[in-house]
Amino acid sequence: MATVRIPPVLRASTGGAKEVGADGSNVGDVLRSLAEQHPATQSQLFGEGGELNRYVNVYLNDEDVRVLDGLDTAVEDGDVLVILPAMAGGGR
Amino acid sequence: MSPVSDLRSRPCGGRYGDIVEAIGNTPLVELKRLSPKPGVRIWAKMESFNPTGSVKDRVARALIEDAEEKGAIRPGMTILEPTSGNTGISLAMICKRKGYPLKVVMPDNVTPERTQLLEMYGAQIVYSPGDQGSNGAVAMALEMAEGDASYYMPYQYGNAANPGAHYHGTAKEILEELDGEVAAFVAGLGTGGTLMGNGRRLKEELGDGVKIVAAEPMQGEPVQGLRSLDDGFIPPIIDLSVLDRKIFVTNRDAIIWTRRLLDEEGVFAGVSSGAIARVAVRIAGELDEGNVVFLVADDGWKYLSSGIYTLPVDEIENLDSTIWW
Repeated sequence: MATVRIPPVLRASTGGAKEVGADGSNVGDVLRSLAEQHPATQSQLFGEGGELNRYVNVYLNDEDVRVLDGLDTAVEDGDVLVILPAMAGGGR
Repeated sequence: MSPVSDLRSRPCGGRYGDIVEAIGNTPLVELKRLSPKPGVRIWAKMESFNPTGSVKDRVARALIEDAEEKGAIRPGMTILEPTSGNTGISLAMICKRKGYPLKVVMPDNVTPERTQLLEMYGAQIVYSPGDQGSNGAVAMALEMAEGDASYYMPYQYGNAANPGAHYHGTAKEILEELDGEVAAFVAGLGTGGTLMGNGRRLKEELGDGVKIVAAEPMQGEPVQGLRSLDDGFIPPIIDLSVLDRKIFVTNRDAIIWTRRLLDEEGVFAGVSSGAIARVAVRIAGELDEGNVVFLVADDGWKYLSSGIYTLPVDEIENLDSTIWW
């Protein structure tokens, strides 16, 4: 099982939970398992075609899955997924 | 030995007609104590050696020279740019040298040194709400520029001259110094200019043999004014396909590694460089051999008032709410 960390903006959709345990062998499966447990997260995370919403970043062990294999990125037991709204950072 | 060859000895870096010309050609310094294994060498590209102490000197020069070449800056116009610091300081120095008025839009929670440096170079500052971060500054500047034709906004987030400064400068210098042997390049993700410009050049020269890795700041948990997911802003110059990896670093880890750079290697760098160093060491640990180059984006002077170089990490005020990079 992987641990999914929920950002403040999504906690209303998870009944306030900051972390949710979810099963799956890849990122897509884990997030779909999260959406099954908390259906309100479905439309926030996924677009109509089932792809990851453009404004959502998902990090597997601190690493952005979008530049790895996206939703197909393999997940192992004990991995930590962090969901963050996509932001640009400092830019200076 | 002729005087000319003496002048060219590195890291002196040559002789220039004025301070703006002296931007770039920064030293590449090996950090042996940070390397996790003998076959992997970690190199710091010391952009802190630029005239105002940051990599943004390259970008600001490219933005202004691009505008000059296009004839986009005319007498009576003011240059306007959103920035949380370094780009503003670099623009301020260059604009002062060239005689252009400059206005910068900046979040109100950056360190006080930045304000002083901007004022020192004669820039006018407009503050945007700190809790909206860089995005708030961008939005405010776009709105100002839209309503007033006397502004010229270089807009580093969407201007090809930004990555161009690295494509034609930083990356070339790195390739020359390491004879084209680069296994990984690590830099911070802000506007994306550093990663896109260096990434494209290195990929063109070295193909998939070089990994382009982004270090990005982890979002602090917003204290007030929760943003909706739709507020996300991705700078137009960023093309994620150039990146092989993108790894976030918390403010706390960034500061711990900024201290390690100082304590173990004697490198006095800004906080984003600590974050970048942390990612560089992680990548180095995954390789068996090769050169890992990371970018020291700025020096530490602008962060002194925050106490990050002297205080225990847990005693640093506003650790998560200050914009460090």
